[in-house]
Amino acid sequence: MACFLVPTGEAVITTVVQKIIEKREKKAGSGKAVEITYKWSQRLGWLNKMLWGGSLLLALEHVWHGEITASPPFLTAMQNPQDTATMLHEIATVGVAMAVTITAIWGIMVLVAEVKSKAASKVKAQPAGGA
Amino acid sequence: MFLILTALAAIIATVIWYVKSPDDKYKLGVLSLMFWGATIMWLVDHIMAFASEGGAFFEISTDATMLGVAVVVLALMAWVITLVISDPKGVLKKVLKR
Repeated sequence: MACFLVPTGEAVITTVVQKIIEKREKKAGSGKAVEITYKWSQRLGWLNKMLWGGSLLLALEHVWHGEITASPPFLTAMQNPQDTATMLHEIATVGVAMAVTITAIWGIMVLVAEVKSKAASKVKAQPAGGA
Repeated sequence: MFLILTALAAIIATVIWYVKSPDDKYKLGVLSLMFWGATIMWLVDHIMAFASEGGAFFEISTDATMLGVAVVVLALMAWVITLVISDPKGVLKKVLKR
């Protein structure tokens, strides 16, 4: 009914956080600290793209099924209290589950990227061997 | 059906992104993350609906297939808009300078 609103709300927050980190990165100039913040703005970008992209495509599905209209209150479930209650229940269950799952998968992606980048920097730090 | 089509689009976009990687000039990473985001969200929705209401897990109908096609088209449109705005080849700049 309107489950995509939870990931959309999360996308707004994470986009703001990403912009703040990017601003700090620009102010700081260059160095190791900047490298770390760049890493985080890039990694938050992955989450933002999944959240915004997913929300956009889910919004299309809701339009397709006639659950979103062009005129206020925009959500057909808002037209009567019984449907509104069902919608709120769906937002609290399905919507939250969607946002949590996306965030958890992003967390795994970040973890894998961290492990891979640490392994790569270890290889770089090792002196070249051989004959 | 739209879940299957979106998942298929996500896999194809990711494979193309991986083949072209590390060069992501055409922002295929954006396209694949968009598809993956929608796939995960619909998967959660399908699992929860199946657990609470039962019935068929996948909705196989002409309407659901057409929705899947529309979803892929919308994602491609959003990707093309992102690509044209960022203009990685500077084509738009050159055209506007003429």
